[in-house]
Amino acid sequence: MSHRRRVAGIALGAVAALTLAACGGGTSNSSSGGTASAGGVTNPSDATGGTIRMANSGDWDSLDPGDTYYGYSWNFIRLYGRALVMFKSAPGKDGATLVPDLAETLGVPTDNAKTWTYKLRKGVKYVDGTLVTSKDVKYAVERSLDKDTFPNGPTYFNDFLDLQGYTSPYKDTDPNKLGLKAIETPDDQTIVFKLKQSFSGFDYFAQLPSTMPVPQAKDTGTKYKEHVVSTGPYMFGTNELGKSFTLVRNPNWDQATDPNRKPLPDKYEVALSVNADDIDNRLQSGDLDVAVEGTGVGPAAQGKILANSQLKANTDSANTTRLWFSVINSDVAPLDNIHCRNAVEFAVDKTGLQRAYGGNTGGDIATNLMPPVIPGAQQFNNFPSADNTGDVAKAKDELTQCGQPNGFSTSISYRAERPKEKATAEAFQQSLSRVGINLTIKPYPLADYTKLYAGKPDFAKANGLGILVYGWGADWPDGYGFLAQIVDSRVIRASGNTNLGIKDPEVDAMLDKALVTTDTTAREQIWVDIDKKVMSDAYVVPGVWAKGLLYRPPNLTNVFVSDGQSMYDYLAMGTTRK
Amino acid sequence: MTAPQEVTGAEVQADPEAVTAGMGSAIQGRSLGQIAWRRLRRDKVALGGGIVIVLLILVAFLAPLIVAVLGHDPLEFHYEQVDPDLQVSSGFFGGISPKYLFGVEPVNGRDVFSRVVYGARISLLIAFFATLLAVIVGTFFGVVAGYFGGWVDTVISRTMDVFLAFPILLFALALAGVIPDQAFGLQGDALRIALIIVIVGFSGWPYIGRIIRGQTLSLREREFVDAARSLGARSPRILFTELLPNLVAPILVYATLLIPTNILFEAALSFLGVGIRPPTASWGGMLSDATQWFQIAPNFMVFPGLAIFVTVLAFNLFGDGLRDALDPRSR
Repeated sequence: MSHRRRVAGIALGAVAALTLAACGGGTSNSSSGGTASAGGVTNPSDATGGTIRMANSGDWDSLDPGDTYYGYSWNFIRLYGRALVMFKSAPGKDGATLVPDLAETLGVPTDNAKTWTYKLRKGVKYVDGTLVTSKDVKYAVERSLDKDTFPNGPTYFNDFLDLQGYTSPYKDTDPNKLGLKAIETPDDQTIVFKLKQSFSGFDYFAQLPSTMPVPQAKDTGTKYKEHVVSTGPYMFGTNELGKSFTLVRNPNWDQATDPNRKPLPDKYEVALSVNADDIDNRLQSGDLDVAVEGTGVGPAAQGKILANSQLKANTDSANTTRLWFSVINSDVAPLDNIHCRNAVEFAVDKTGLQRAYGGNTGGDIATNLMPPVIPGAQQFNNFPSADNTGDVAKAKDELTQCGQPNGFSTSISYRAERPKEKATAEAFQQSLSRVGINLTIKPYPLADYTKLYAGKPDFAKANGLGILVYGWGADWPDGYGFLAQIVDSRVIRASGNTNLGIKDPEVDAMLDKALVTTDTTAREQIWVDIDKKVMSDAYVVPGVWAKGLLYRPPNLTNVFVSDGQSMYDYLAMGTTRK
Repeated sequence: MTAPQEVTGAEVQADPEAVTAGMGSAIQGRSLGQIAWRRLRRDKVALGGGIVIVLLILVAFLAPLIVAVLGHDPLEFHYEQVDPDLQVSSGFFGGISPKYLFGVEPVNGRDVFSRVVYGARISLLIAFFATLLAVIVGTFFGVVAGYFGGWVDTVISRTMDVFLAFPILLFALALAGVIPDQAFGLQGDALRIALIIVIVGFSGWPYIGRIIRGQTLSLREREFVDAARSLGARSPRILFTELLPNLVAPILVYATLLIPTNILFEAALSFLGVGIRPPTASWGGMLSDATQWFQIAPNFMVFPGLAIFVTVLAFNLFGDGLRDALDPRSR
């Protein structure tokens, strides 16, 4: 349990470090600038052909389905791979629903949701024409367990499958390399997963790219990403790692086996490591179709686009499952007193935090933890103030109850490489000084923020870091994906924490209850209760529920933001540019 | 500079009184300093640089006064000046107006003019003290190495080589990252400033040291040194009362030329995020923040950039002029 969280947390931190992108899930409504049409789809069209040109400001973590953790990668990978289950390619809320892909139906739970069975569709072929079997899916999951070979991917299977010591197919003594007992393949179409503990949300695991089949004979370990064997409607044309790759149509993909995809363009061209400002400019000039990371344009482009109604009409605002927040560290006196924490909550000017993250375009002012786009999330506000600018009178009252009527001094930490977090720290300093709380601003290197600084309780305490600026995005739109890593006090260890100091045994108990609650409505209510408990403890100052301003050139067709991806859905897009 | 000899009588007599009697005023002996000052006064470019330097120092000293009259508190937010959607001022060139002479900062609307003025304090303070440190350390070791020669020279010279070959910027980045919040009885900005002064100062001393060493090598063979030695002067006396006064000119020149280098070094450190901590204003830090806004709020980059440019240029011009004035042969 704790291992899973640690690795997942580190991996997620690494992902967040490289891009502001949220992992996987999210939700969106198209409160778009202009031409959003029926059902949130812009320029609906069935016309095929053409090339979609994409660019990435960094490098892909990996094209290998067993080794990737970027949200945009999970979106894009569906073009060349088919997992057991996938997020529906549909606009808005529909996009957050799971539909069977390689499997015929969603998972069938037995044994109190400890065993999950999937039946594969018949006739699904690899790019070379061979049939996909359940053993290939098993092999794919097995190899994704090997974090020495594939360090990037999520660790959900490592933590939930009943591994019995199994580590890697590369060290497997079984001649077929299928020695893992936690996954059974009674026949070529059936696959059975056996878990250590009940987990009602297993279909979310089944949509991970690591369930995309990998033929054992073609697996070359770390080099597999150079020539991934495709099962989706596209296969790799060229692939120069770190520079660019292209996707062309896969002749052995059969529409009859795939109700989820309607591939429109003939080709995808993806350039890697392109300057981010350059990407924004080329999008506007029509030189480029998609900024593949899907995190929205940079601040400079945002200013230009918002000032120009014509450009603004070509944008969509994608709500994400990401919350920018700050943890109030109860290890640091006097913040161990809830009244002093309440004082911080009341004193802070939320509009300043919103400005720090890009104003209205950057996100909505958050009043509690769970982003409203997560199914079942409820919005509430324990610390209301006029226009969200803070309630100085109430803050002073809380300070008096805390025994610090004249305020106190503490420090605020943030990740040095993040200008938005710097602006957040400065906004905190300004608004808290109104009630006599003096903050010293302390930047720390992003790469070691959780390992050596804010995420290391001893360091945070010794250096008096009373407020820790942070952010979190869920791997998929679901309360478990969002909350588990940041509120469970039992995952707090010596360093490398993603829970920066939320310590409440009642919250831990509620988390455990949620994991075994199979009824969706009841489970969603537990997530809301956890949210409320954490806020009434005043452990967190929620800042902004993030949004991304996405630009779409007019030649793109079938463009929509999906709640499952928090960005444009890459499965449905077409182009009029031939 | 000799006065023309006026011949009044028919007989020319070798009368020294006659030579001076006809002159308008008595001959004045001029010190080296006076000669240099006359030369410097005629160098209008160097003088201009000097005037700018004086103005900058005044600005740094009088920052609170200047800002009280012409600006706002450098830490004060002015949300009303910033468009909540665009994140920058919607006014002319980043919101330049009589109230905000250099416009406002994106996101929080701080007064760029006030921050540039306060930034001068940090930049000049660090540059001056770092240069002072480099000069003291460099001169001491340079003189010692040059005068004693032998193994002392070898050790010091090789140490200088090591310092010159050291990736000082990387070292600074690492050091600034690991220094705790309280050390040596200092904390907060004072500690950061002291730290940067030490880092920048220690990166500059070998340059001064090498020059002083070379000068000392030639000076120590001069007669006045021999004279002092034959009179029984000990090494410390020769070093600091015989040699050092003759080294004032090169020290002054290279100190003036080291200051702009140090200003740039400090700006680079702040730019890389290891300089002064926010919200204290520094030119390098402002430039760093401005990089993502320069397309839509150019004022935020232009003014601190100009401040660095003007300061560095002024010190360089003045330093060049000073060198020419003190040592015309180097022209």
